[in-house]
Amino acid sequence: MAKNIGRRVLQTLLVLFCVSLAIFILLRIVPGDAITTMMGEHADAETIARLTAEMDLDKPFYVQFWTYLKDICTGNFGTSYTLHKPVTELLAAAFPNTVKLALIAAAIAWMIGILCGVVAAVTKDGILDRLFMGFSLFGVSIPVFMVAMVLQYLIAYRLGWVSISGVEKWTGFILPAVALGWNSAGSIARLTRSTLVEVLQEDYIDTAKAKGLGRPAVIFLHALRNAMLPVITMMALQISSLLSGAVITETIFSINGIGRLAVDAITSRDIPLLQGTVLFTTVIVILGNLVADCLYTVLDPRIRKGA
Amino acid sequence: MEECLLEINHLKSYFFTRKGVSPAVDDVSLRVPRGKIVGIVGESGCGKSMTAKSVMDLLKYPGRIAGGTILLEGRDLTKLGSRERRKIRGEDISMIFQEPMTSLNPVVKVGKQVREAILVHQKVDRTEAKNRVLEVFRQVGISEPEKRYECYPHELSGGLRQRVMIAMAMVCKPKLLIADEPTTALDVTIEAQILKLIKELCKNSGMSCLLISHNLGVIAQMCDYVYVMYAGKIVEQGDVFTLFDHPAHPYTKGLLASIIRLDEQRERLSTIPGVVPNLMHLPKGCAFCNRCPESSARCETERPELYELREGHASRCFGSLESEASHE
Repeated sequence: MAKNIGRRVLQTLLVLFCVSLAIFILLRIVPGDAITTMMGEHADAETIARLTAEMDLDKPFYVQFWTYLKDICTGNFGTSYTLHKPVTELLAAAFPNTVKLALIAAAIAWMIGILCGVVAAVTKDGILDRLFMGFSLFGVSIPVFMVAMVLQYLIAYRLGWVSISGVEKWTGFILPAVALGWNSAGSIARLTRSTLVEVLQEDYIDTAKAKGLGRPAVIFLHALRNAMLPVITMMALQISSLLSGAVITETIFSINGIGRLAVDAITSRDIPLLQGTVLFTTVIVILGNLVADCLYTVLDPRIRKGA
Repeated sequence: MEECLLEINHLKSYFFTRKGVSPAVDDVSLRVPRGKIVGIVGESGCGKSMTAKSVMDLLKYPGRIAGGTILLEGRDLTKLGSRERRKIRGEDISMIFQEPMTSLNPVVKVGKQVREAILVHQKVDRTEAKNRVLEVFRQVGISEPEKRYECYPHELSGGLRQRVMIAMAMVCKPKLLIADEPTTALDVTIEAQILKLIKELCKNSGMSCLLISHNLGVIAQMCDYVYVMYAGKIVEQGDVFTLFDHPAHPYTKGLLASIIRLDEQRERLSTIPGVVPNLMHLPKGCAFCNRCPESSARCETERPELYELREGHASRCFGSLESEASHE
């Protein structure tokens, strides 16, 4: 177990190193430079030279990278060029909104997704199955911005039940969460259905029935636990992608989250901020995968004992 | 006549598919007396497992019982509601399956899986139920029961898993055990142990057993009474001695002839030529006539009944009826 964890940590560090290197290189290849971004187009040559020296931009690439690595190891992600605040502070301010949005979206999506999947699987080829699967196809195939705008128009504008954008009140999270969870619900429903249908054909389901267990017990105690294994992996991947910033949703509903921060960083060529958001979301994705693996070992004893 | 525990009369279990109706079990009648072991033998697809699953109400869509009665101590199971059927499953009738490797839930400890069988049917607390499981584990020859109780299926060998399955089947002291090819997936030494165990359990507890196998050796060793099935129908039935010493149906004869015997020198293994006919397109006459060495013109046009040759011995063949008549 300790060996596994050790290997895992090493892998994580390696991935983080590669990602930071890649983003560092990419940001120096793209046109536009930091000084112009900061000072605007009319900065004089002297100021540019002074700032370039001050910010070590005249040093060779590897020196810059080494300084950057040393800084992030001490938790210093630099200062945003455009917002003139430490990147760590900006991330810390944006993250709670993203977390709330992601968790609400995931809760809605998974509840609906699993429920639809289970109902569809047990009524396989029946009316409910077709209805739910048609609905979920709708779910996976409609893009987020479309759902978001339709919801904004119908629920917020026409019916006026919630505000169109902003999350000053908690109800502001409902529409973005539904829009964001829409796709996830569709794919969870489809995956739950297909794995459950497969599991229900297994011999041990016959054994459970032969024992005299009722249908709900067979489905929930025996079938679902086996069927959930791949679904949980998908959930962990979904949560990490939800947490790493719902770029479109956050923009449409003007929520100050990680996704919007990243978009702002890109449009204003705010290199430290962009580096910070990318690295941060990388960590989230890696952690999400780690959690998925851990859950897997809890649910499936065959992995736990290393068989 | 002995007291009859299970009586199946004219059971029809069909698959209703889009392409047509497939009569997997067609007009099967059989009796399992109390305390006896009754065997069903036949090749793959002859309907023996379907018969067992009909009794357990485990038929999968699109298969269902289309007619006939299944009487357990005089109560017709086909007329019962699903709740009542469920009460009988596991408590009065239990079943062990062919594949011990896949018949246990891989993510639940085996002890818990067996305990569940008690908790469904009886009002006992968990500790009491666990003690009962450990007791049954000892009974079916599982060594170190406390340790095995906490094991997951993948940590046990095939033989041990089948013992767990038997423990699960025995734990509520059923009246009838249905064993569907219980040893097919096991190697020969383990097979002998498991068969001996089933036989002993039946003898000691007075339980009846319906043993399904394609292996005539297993049937000969275990059963009191044997039914031979072919293409969904019973083609011969009789007590084990009559059937093995005086087989009447050409199919039974063929099966017996294809057993390898150590005391014989043979160049080639004898086989029954041809394959089982498609159940949806059965020949007009006897289902076996295209593979039968003794078939006549009558066999191709007319379907034989199950003719009683002697008390308790019957064969679905015109030939065996005629040869019986010529003996007398």
